[in-house]
Amino acid sequence: MKRKFSLQKLLQSNFTLTFIAILFAFLVGGIFLQCIGINPFTAYGKLLQSAFSTAKSMSYCVVYGTPLIFTGLSVAFSFRTGVFNIGAEGQFVVGSMAACVVGILVPAPSVILIPLCFLAAAAAGALWGVVVGVLKTKWGINEVLSMIMFNWIAFYLSNYIVSIPAIHSEGTAEATKNVSDAARILLPQSLREGLNLASTSNWGILLAGIFAILIYMIIEKTTLGYELKAVGFNRHAAEYGGINTSRAMLTALCISGALAGIGGAVQVLGMGQRISVFAGQEGYGFDGIVVALIGGSNPIGVFVAGIFYGALKYAGSKLNLIGAPSEVIKIITGTVVFFIAISHVFKIVKKRKAGK
Amino acid sequence: MAKQRNVDLSTPVIEMRNIVKKFGDFTANDGIDLTVHKGEIHAILGENGAGKSTLMNILYGLYRPNSGEIRVNGKPVDIDSPKKAIEVGIGMVHQHFMLVQPFTITENIVLGMEPVKGVKLDMATARKNVVEISEKYGLAIDPDAKVEDISVGMQQRVEILKALYRGADILILDEPTASLTPQEIQALIEIMRKLTADGKSIILITHKLKEIKASADYCTIIRLGKLIDVVNVDEVTENELAAKMVGRNVTFKVEKEEHPFGDVVLQIEDLHGMDYRKVEILKGLSLQVREGEILGIAGIDGNGQTELVEIITGLRKATGGKVSVRGENLINATPRKLFNKGVSSIPADRQKHGLVLDFTVAENMILQNYREPQFSKNGFLKKDAIRAFAGECAEKYDVRPRNSVDKPAGTLSGGNQQKVIIAREVENNKDLLIAVNPTRGLDVGAIEYVHKYIVDQRNKGKAVLLVSFELDEVMSLSDRIDVIYDGRIVGSVPGAEADEKELGLMMAGGGRHEA
Repeated sequence: MKRKFSLQKLLQSNFTLTFIAILFAFLVGGIFLQCIGINPFTAYGKLLQSAFSTAKSMSYCVVYGTPLIFTGLSVAFSFRTGVFNIGAEGQFVVGSMAACVVGILVPAPSVILIPLCFLAAAAAGALWGVVVGVLKTKWGINEVLSMIMFNWIAFYLSNYIVSIPAIHSEGTAEATKNVSDAARILLPQSLREGLNLASTSNWGILLAGIFAILIYMIIEKTTLGYELKAVGFNRHAAEYGGINTSRAMLTALCISGALAGIGGAVQVLGMGQRISVFAGQEGYGFDGIVVALIGGSNPIGVFVAGIFYGALKYAGSKLNLIGAPSEVIKIITGTVVFFIAISHVFKIVKKRKAGK
Repeated sequence: MAKQRNVDLSTPVIEMRNIVKKFGDFTANDGIDLTVHKGEIHAILGENGAGKSTLMNILYGLYRPNSGEIRVNGKPVDIDSPKKAIEVGIGMVHQHFMLVQPFTITENIVLGMEPVKGVKLDMATARKNVVEISEKYGLAIDPDAKVEDISVGMQQRVEILKALYRGADILILDEPTASLTPQEIQALIEIMRKLTADGKSIILITHKLKEIKASADYCTIIRLGKLIDVVNVDEVTENELAAKMVGRNVTFKVEKEEHPFGDVVLQIEDLHGMDYRKVEILKGLSLQVREGEILGIAGIDGNGQTELVEIITGLRKATGGKVSVRGENLINATPRKLFNKGVSSIPADRQKHGLVLDFTVAENMILQNYREPQFSKNGFLKKDAIRAFAGECAEKYDVRPRNSVDKPAGTLSGGNQQKVIIAREVENNKDLLIAVNPTRGLDVGAIEYVHKYIVDQRNKGKAVLLVSFELDEVMSLSDRIDVIYDGRIVGSVPGAEADEKELGLMMAGGGRHEA
């Protein structure tokens, strides 16, 4: 009975709005395509075909989407608790680096090594979040600014670690060594080949599902979620109610950072296998913002949105096969964000008008 | 005292006919008529949400009606914006003043209509014009003072002058006495008389019956969006007005049995504290509240009341002194500790401190208690128990609409939001209840409930600290009244012997200072 009620609400509000926003975004993308002389129907046909035609392509969509589910959960969790974690990018980077270093240096069997990698990644991501939180709560330093700077610190730190001899690839590649096979989280080879899945198909998606449910439970069912949400919605009332708002903010950033860090581990232990020298920020954290928005900051919604975004990313990379620039995908995702943001403005305006 | 009447019934200046305004399915104004004459003070009376603000917002061009006609000075007009309203001579003074704080009074009054000499502002002429109007209507102001430095009463006079400067002949005053002292209220009534003597008309939105009786000629009563009656104020009693407004009989007298007071619950000694600007605002305040006693704090806003309450509830740090609850000094303890030691409070700002508006009513009911075994176990909330508890509270405290425990608190009306807070704080059943402006913005019906619950706590032997800017409220509820002025208690009188004039003088700093 209660579940039906919340589902109905989801359908009525966010889901429909998001769906319309996506539709509009494809329309706008289509206009752009038309302008540069490409038939939008051909392009979108190619997009659909690239994403859904085979088991392999579909599994690639999932592989591409999995890390984004984690950064999406990270950002969504921060939204729900009143912080804007624009630092998921940096937390993702330090998380993947921590997992990578442990995966290269520690000689241990999978059953020990894999949890160790994930723990290291979660700790690194959490640390990256908490430091920003401490700066904010102790000295009032604007968290958005410090997060953006921490993204760059993570970026250069990662590039530095890649250059350390013990970590650096023995070949000519400007990258780390590969993590040991014991650290990989790929699906069994028999399964990948038997079902003709992508070669990098991994357990990450299962983990993502577990974490989505876990985060949903924390937000909706626990006293911790109650405290964090109260602080997020109305810090003054939370304080009045006896909640320690500084500690709540640190807790929120810790969990949010850990989620992004785990996303980094999934990326390197699943798909990447190693970390290259970055030329620019890779954008997993920023894509997480889009995923959180599309998912309506609801953990289950984020799970779906992450796969959707992964599909766009994967299929978009195939667009140049028909001469269409893959950047059109960026236009579409940008427009989705734009329309979702606008729909919130509409809601506020409508509320104001109806008010009084 | 006979009222001086200036109303000229042969000259209607405002005629609103059959005004209908709908918001979705909700009809806020359902065929309302309103006629205001030259020189008339016309009160509009109604509960919160009855539709009086909507009607005035239509008249001032902020809303468009779905149907109906408005005539100004006999001519039909289409008021589609406040600009148009000003053009036809309607001015509005909002409940919350809209003044530029760092500007002088003159600058505020002429803002947007500044006299110019070539391309330069002609402030000398502006000042002269302002002084002229203020003298004409007895609206005493200092044209060169900055708004941030002047009292609330003077700010209100500035707002009225702003409207007059723009040529308003019809003034809408929205809850004009909300934060004035009794003396300032009396002065405002004098000003309204002078204005009407000069042929201006005034529409007064209020739910203070006493002021309607003291000032208005006629009164239009609205209930649930419908016109109930238009009465000649001199021919009805306050009780009759109240009954028409809420649709049932209302008792004003608060039932209070005499009983002896018990031990001291709250003892404050030599309390010092700063306001948000880091200026010392509490300068050695002392008071005490005993079991079974309501201590009322009377005072004008800004004399340290807010800071006092914030310190007692743990939201602000004191710089010196003692705050003892049942003998234990708890100065600068956390809100949770103070709550656990027996301090509960109905905060002044219900939307800022009292409620998380995005939380459901049920979630708000457990704001301090969510960790109690009754409501959670091993870190998991017991949703069903919480909803059941909230349902009981909603029933007991008459929170409307019914079955709203799963709705966000922000969707309730102000009065019902307040009931949620009162339900929570009274059910907390702590030794000390602090109530700050507990009935601000509520209508007579809701006020009656709130007062009843506060007195119930007293009768049960709890200590109650009532801080209110409504002198009537302080006087009718308190067993003892302390007057706060400039961060100190400057006088203390038994509630039964309190005299409005004497309290008013002390509130304005003219009282006997106690050593």
